[in-house]
Amino acid sequence: MTATTPAPSRRTSRPLVVRAKPLRNRRSVTLTVLTALMLIYTLLPLAWLVINATKTQAGLLGSFGLWFDGEFALFDNIGRTFTYGDGIFTRWLLNTLLYVVVGAGGATLLATIAGYGLAKFDFPGKKAVFAIVIGAVAVPPTALAVPTFLMFSDVGLTDTPWAIIIPSLITPFGLYLMWTYAADAIPDEILESARVDGAREFQTFFRISLPLLAPGIVTVLLFAVVATWNNYFLPLIMLKDPAWYPLTLGLKQWNAQAATSGGEAIFNLVITGSLITIIPLIVAFLLLQRYWQSGLAAGSVKE
Amino acid sequence: MKVTRRGTVLVGAALSLSLLASACGSSGGDSGGGGATTASAGDVQAALDAGGTLTVWAWEPTLKQVVADFQTKYPKVKVNLVNAGTGKDQYTALQNAIKAGSGVPDVAQVEYFALPQFALSKSVTDLTAFGADKLEGTFTPGPWNSVHSGSGIYGLPMDSGPMALFYNKEVFDKYGIDVPATWDDYVAAAKKLHEADPKAYIANDTGDAGFATSLIWQAGGKPYQVNGTDVTVNFGDAGTQKFASTWQQLISGKLLAPITSWSDAWYKGLGDGTIATLVIGAWMPANFETGVAAGKGKWRVAPMPQWESGGKATAENGGSSLVIPEAGSSKALAYAFLKFADVDEGVKIRLDGGAFPATTAELNSPEFKDKKFPYFGDQQVNQVLAESAGEVVPGWSYLPYQVYANSIFNDTVGKAYTGAATLAEGLKAWQDASVKYGQEQGFTVK
Amino acid sequence: MVATVQANTLDTGRAAPRERRSWTGWRFVGPFMAVFAVVFLAPIAYAIYLSFFRTQLVGGTAFVGLDNYVKALTDPLLWASVGRVALFLVVQVPIMLFLALLVALAIDSGRLYGTSFFRISVFLPYAVPAVVATLMWGFMYGSQFGLVGSINDALGWSLPDPLSPGLVLASIGNIVTWEFVGYNMLILYSALRVVSPSLYEAAEMDGASQLRIVWSIKLPALRGALVIATIFSIIGSFQLFNEPSILQVLAPNSITTSYTPNLYAFSLSFAGQQFNYSATVAIVMGVITMIVAYVVQLRGMRKGA
Repeated sequence: MTATTPAPSRRTSRPLVVRAKPLRNRRSVTLTVLTALMLIYTLLPLAWLVINATKTQAGLLGSFGLWFDGEFALFDNIGRTFTYGDGIFTRWLLNTLLYVVVGAGGATLLATIAGYGLAKFDFPGKKAVFAIVIGAVAVPPTALAVPTFLMFSDVGLTDTPWAIIIPSLITPFGLYLMWTYAADAIPDEILESARVDGAREFQTFFRISLPLLAPGIVTVLLFAVVATWNNYFLPLIMLKDPAWYPLTLGLKQWNAQAATSGGEAIFNLVITGSLITIIPLIVAFLLLQRYWQSGLAAGSVKE
Repeated sequence: MKVTRRGTVLVGAALSLSLLASACGSSGGDSGGGGATTASAGDVQAALDAGGTLTVWAWEPTLKQVVADFQTKYPKVKVNLVNAGTGKDQYTALQNAIKAGSGVPDVAQVEYFALPQFALSKSVTDLTAFGADKLEGTFTPGPWNSVHSGSGIYGLPMDSGPMALFYNKEVFDKYGIDVPATWDDYVAAAKKLHEADPKAYIANDTGDAGFATSLIWQAGGKPYQVNGTDVTVNFGDAGTQKFASTWQQLISGKLLAPITSWSDAWYKGLGDGTIATLVIGAWMPANFETGVAAGKGKWRVAPMPQWESGGKATAENGGSSLVIPEAGSSKALAYAFLKFADVDEGVKIRLDGGAFPATTAELNSPEFKDKKFPYFGDQQVNQVLAESAGEVVPGWSYLPYQVYANSIFNDTVGKAYTGAATLAEGLKAWQDASVKYGQEQGFTVK
Repeated sequence: MVATVQANTLDTGRAAPRERRSWTGWRFVGPFMAVFAVVFLAPIAYAIYLSFFRTQLVGGTAFVGLDNYVKALTDPLLWASVGRVALFLVVQVPIMLFLALLVALAIDSGRLYGTSFFRISVFLPYAVPAVVATLMWGFMYGSQFGLVGSINDALGWSLPDPLSPGLVLASIGNIVTWEFVGYNMLILYSALRVVSPSLYEAAEMDGASQLRIVWSIKLPALRGALVIATIFSIIGSFQLFNEPSILQVLAPNSITTSYTPNLYAFSLSFAGQQFNYSATVAIVMGVITMIVAYVVQLRGMRKGA
């Protein structure tokens, strides 16, 4: 079994050594050009999004999709996106941040602690925990949607932020990552010596283990953030009040608004809003890239 | 008024459930009926005096101003207007809330075609207890029939969608096409236009349950017969055949633009002459003005094309009512809001916002009829639309599970629009699927 | 993944009898499991409970035993949708993983100009919500006014409508590939980074070509990661929902309400009020998904062993 995920892998007990570059470090124009084809594929739709975010509603419908229209309306669109409908977009943005901070943050915390527990302790029912968690991943979310909705309704949680946050707290994938990561990132000897010194388990965890787990935590957090930020199905079912919508649902509502009698077609704001929605995530990826790189580098060491 | 992002749902209105017992005649007014009254008109005033909070689920944009004015008039009442989704999405949310027994709003917007479903399960309140039966004559017959179910009145009509032909005069003039008076003329116009300009189409259609049922309605078809839980679904009648054979010509001749209604392409097509006509409900002008700025001055409104030369038959398309869910908490106060929005001051407020009324007083007022629309080249559009409201073919009814039936329209009839089947075959498949679902749900279906 | 984890369990269990078996571990695992029980186990149990009943608009609720399961197993709409995602799976997943593999190998080769730029750029689509991705591609797919229409107009081509019934599955496949190729690339890439440099050094000393190194060292090293990526993709394929559900608005005749099993379950419960049957469909699909994932896991690992 090799490391299986972007998570830094298992052999990390040694100090960080970045893998040597291949001996003959020839860069290849051909290979670069070929890979660039892939790059065009991945970036073209994003270019489309950026270009069309600069168009007015009329220009959007009347001009070639991959080039700019005469009128550069990007800033006007951004302004309108934030002011349209009494500034509801800002509310959606804040909601999304709330769900991400509490939901993804909580998910990372739970997964980290539990992953550590699974990696470093033997306890009754451990195998059952695995079987259950992993088996549950294969159940389609729609299977859970209606029952979850009915259960949450009974306790009055629907149409509240909790209906989004509580289910977001669980990331079986994150648990799996942290468990494989913790198994190798934390040498047993350190834990043993801490125990000999009489440290309590949670003290050991927070003082000694947590720092060692940092690269893994960043990775899990990043994936949890993406999952929460992009969450669509759950809010679709749980929320009715647009005041609690996350961005994804809000954008879909704006897109659907054109189909309401008397509703205003605002495809230009849908596109600009989409652009604004993905920018924070892209920025997070770019900023956190350093952490991954260290994480990945740390994971790349092998005896 | 409605229409959702899914073409399918753009549905017709008026589901004259009063025709349940079609023998009773559909005067729609046979009011009141039995039922112990649990509230009275007096309670309504008392509730207003006491004040309280109301939650209203609606997507209709003009209600925002209605709510504001309502709160100004009754400062003790606080109204939370929530857009819980458009059409189908909102019904899903409403049904779920009712099933869960919590989070049910006090007032909800429900389209006419969807109302029987809620009325049948008694999940909305019979308003006769509040004296709604005394509003007989206030509304035009189509919408008024639509809010009846059995002897009860389950909502107050908010707007209506008598159909008319919207056409792009600029395109018609350019190619010398006359405004079609009959559907045969319409097919001829479609051919002439598309031959003259292969990029132009008489209309777009990728299969829309509301549109199809409205045309069948206009043609005199009565595919749905409903009597309590006894239901008949039959797309074999003469009216349906008329629609199917005529529309099949348009589909087979590739004379319909393959553009789905309410998409960005649709709005563009309406503006640039790609889509030359639109046969749709009377609520459409407001959408033209906000969504099709490029078409300003080009469009006009004419009576709906007829199945019989010289005929005067129309149908309803879209339109919705406000209802009071049975599980809502303050019904008397909710009724006060319904009355304000649908009968009293709210009607005028919504008219000013561009809505099309369901009330006879407004439809007949000179101020309404003579209004000139700059968008339509100063045509007095409401003259045509108000006339259409009076010519709606009586006797139509929708299924008590029309929301679901419409949702599978494109699964079945949709094949006709892609050329994989004929329209008649598609309608048969839709009939079979609707019958099957009805039986599974415990209805007696024939 | 099932077996992967089990293998790991054993591995960990064997390698780390860090402490005598005690309940201490539960203090760490407990909070996760408590929330997990609320948001996963309870709804699953409830769904199983629901699957034994039937609620009708007329007639109310009744216990029906296994009737819903019998109906599901003989439901042509369900099996048509399963067939559709199976086709999707055997075509789209290999294409996506192959592309991801090529890019991962290219980036790992160290022979690219702007390696880190490539890595982040190919990964970027993963940050785009499925809603936004589908809206975007939906605009571009437009054969009247979208990019496809513009290309036809400009070049005089007649590209077929990507949203027509014959092509829409491929169009959905394209969106999914676009969204996840970078994600899978990253999984494979990080697995490559774990390969010991000493192996490459030795190979280069022996004069092995780059292709030879790829074939003999890199691909074997990727086996585990490929199996995991495959399994995640299988689960993803069986649960296909967001993309078809949003494209449905633009292509109502191509994407039926039972286009994928998940869409079918959703339509059944939310449009059709058939909560009980919907729960049954979802459970059946969960079981099928687990079986397929397990089989792939077993086969993948056996070859590797």
